[in-house]
Amino acid sequence: MSKTAKQELKLKGIPASPGIAIGPVYLFRKHEPTIQTRTIDISEVEKEINRLKNALARSKKELIKVLDFAEQKLGVNQSKIFEAQLLLLEDMVLFEVIYKRLREERKNAEFFIQDEMEKYHRLMMASNDQYTRERADDLLDVENRILRNLEEQKLVSKIEGSHIIVTHNLAAADALIFSRNEVMAYVTEIGGSTSHMALLARALKIPAIVGVHQVSLLAHTDDPIIVDGYDGTIVIHPSPEILKRYEKKRKQYHAFEETLAPLRELPAETLDGHCIKLAANVELEEELEFIKLQGADGIGLYRTESLLLGEEVFPTEEEQYGVYHRIAESVYPKDAIIRTFDIGGDKFMAQTVKEHNPFLGWRGVRVMLDKPQIFLDQLRAILRASSRKNIAILLPMVTNLKEVQLTKQLIAQAKDDLRARKIAFDERIKLGVMVEVPAAAITADHLGREVDFLSIGTNDLIQYLLAVDRGNDIVSELFQEFHPAVIRFLRRIIERGKQKRTWVGMCGQMAGDPLATILLVGLGLDEFSVVPNAVPEIKKIIRSIHYTEAIHVAERVLMMQSEDEIRTYLKNLMKRKFPDIPIE
Amino acid sequence: MIEREVTIRNRTGLHTRPAASIVKLAAKFRSDFFIEKDGFQINGKSIIGVMTLAAEQGSKLLIRFNGPDEEEAYHAMIKLFDSGFGEPI
Repeated sequence: MSKTAKQELKLKGIPASPGIAIGPVYLFRKHEPTIQTRTIDISEVEKEINRLKNALARSKKELIKVLDFAEQKLGVNQSKIFEAQLLLLEDMVLFEVIYKRLREERKNAEFFIQDEMEKYHRLMMASNDQYTRERADDLLDVENRILRNLEEQKLVSKIEGSHIIVTHNLAAADALIFSRNEVMAYVTEIGGSTSHMALLARALKIPAIVGVHQVSLLAHTDDPIIVDGYDGTIVIHPSPEILKRYEKKRKQYHAFEETLAPLRELPAETLDGHCIKLAANVELEEELEFIKLQGADGIGLYRTESLLLGEEVFPTEEEQYGVYHRIAESVYPKDAIIRTFDIGGDKFMAQTVKEHNPFLGWRGVRVMLDKPQIFLDQLRAILRASSRKNIAILLPMVTNLKEVQLTKQLIAQAKDDLRARKIAFDERIKLGVMVEVPAAAITADHLGREVDFLSIGTNDLIQYLLAVDRGNDIVSELFQEFHPAVIRFLRRIIERGKQKRTWVGMCGQMAGDPLATILLVGLGLDEFSVVPNAVPEIKKIIRSIHYTEAIHVAERVLMMQSEDEIRTYLKNLMKRKFPDIPIE
Repeated sequence: MIEREVTIRNRTGLHTRPAASIVKLAAKFRSDFFIEKDGFQINGKSIIGVMTLAAEQGSKLLIRFNGPDEEEAYHAMIKLFDSGFGEPI
């Protein structure tokens, strides 16, 4: 084969953090040692033991560094797995066996490290208990770290120059360590857009795409690559034309982003004076400063599940209070809506019970009502953070009124507890429910009378309404935000849900989709809660339209009979009104 | 030698943090310390061993001390187990 220009290759993944990056690939492979067994002479035994001890010392030094950095970036709680890894390096029972065997059997250190540690690894993998199986990964990580240090290989975390990291999988800790370099973007084969690494990339403002099939086999270090974190496209060896197009797109984005900066302090108000509350979705404390920079009107959804990440037990009332209090203080005088633990489904803390269909199973408020002590801990912690009256409670996965009423009883009980302890809280703390199950949507009027606000969760709502698993590649095309049934459903929720003092908002992905903004305003949505990155763009759209015009758009869309028709109509509308907003 | 059956009381069982607490406490004593579960015995001073036990909430374990300060070690360890490792029960 002749050495002509390499073939251009376009791949698709899940956009995890926005932005466009163009640059050379750095292919990151976790060190996978190949072990060769050799016999050593009796005179070399002590030398071999010393070699192992040095490798252990180096491994320890590395882990302490990772732990420090993780604590700075992720907080103490989420860094605990590294602490356990450190303890493993000091396990004298394990290493005494290894030293003893080394002296008696006289083989190289690598052989015994692998042989002994794999024994435990196999035992842990054979367990029925999911936590134990997950811990087995920690063990493997430690094993690989020791083996790499035995080979005196350095941990690759320093890269010369600017690169786009391409890898099979990137642990949050690796993303963290890499971010100390000039990283332009992350591309991984596995991971979801809500994985910890994705959140981290967004907080660090580094573009990222996850779920790109086989990318680590197709890309090579120093290959030129384009990463479009807005729509999830990557192009390896781009042709000059494509390169030009993306350079132009990148410039457009930059220019557009600059026009957004002056909007920060302005409200999300239409040209004819209709005010919308535009808040941000927050998952990590690290994002608090960022949402202020983006000009969000408080927090419309704080996902407390991030407190459970990497944890084995529910955080105590005191631990939770610490976090909620910092959030309340950070956004004051604006508001923050704290959603109670939304566990089950595909999220965290996998329960010991295996469910055939977890999305139709034990999740959200159902779990919490079955675990009243855990629920009370959380409610008390939220109440305690509400003393300045800028906190509200949001319940996930509500399907009937009874769940709301039971929760209200628990809130009353939590208030009594705090009164007895003489702790201040907001007596009239607001309560809202997520509308993400068709049953809740259909009874939005009942729910609306029972609570202070409704917040539509579009991801689950669409999935349940259209009977499409968004994670299933075979049918994911059928997951349509603009399906006429979805639009009608939204209309119904907003119309019926709104009561005298009850407002209706949306915290799902659709709220942050610029293509949907005019339509949603026209349907009468009172509040948008969007990913921090989308705030300025959505604000710009709202500030450039008339409410009357948006109502007209919504009425037209409601008459359309296919997602294609609706999309085409909205795309043309956006192109006409906002030629500088990139719509895919 | 002292031995007794104990029950894992905390909700999530014998995972990393409790395992670390056990190992750290056991290290303070000179006596040998073993934990047995379903006939499988591990050295209680080894985190890798304790992690391998995979003892869930409600599991019954046999703990065994042997050495000069076994009495003291035994009482301290029972206290730790009974407290559910200071975690939610």
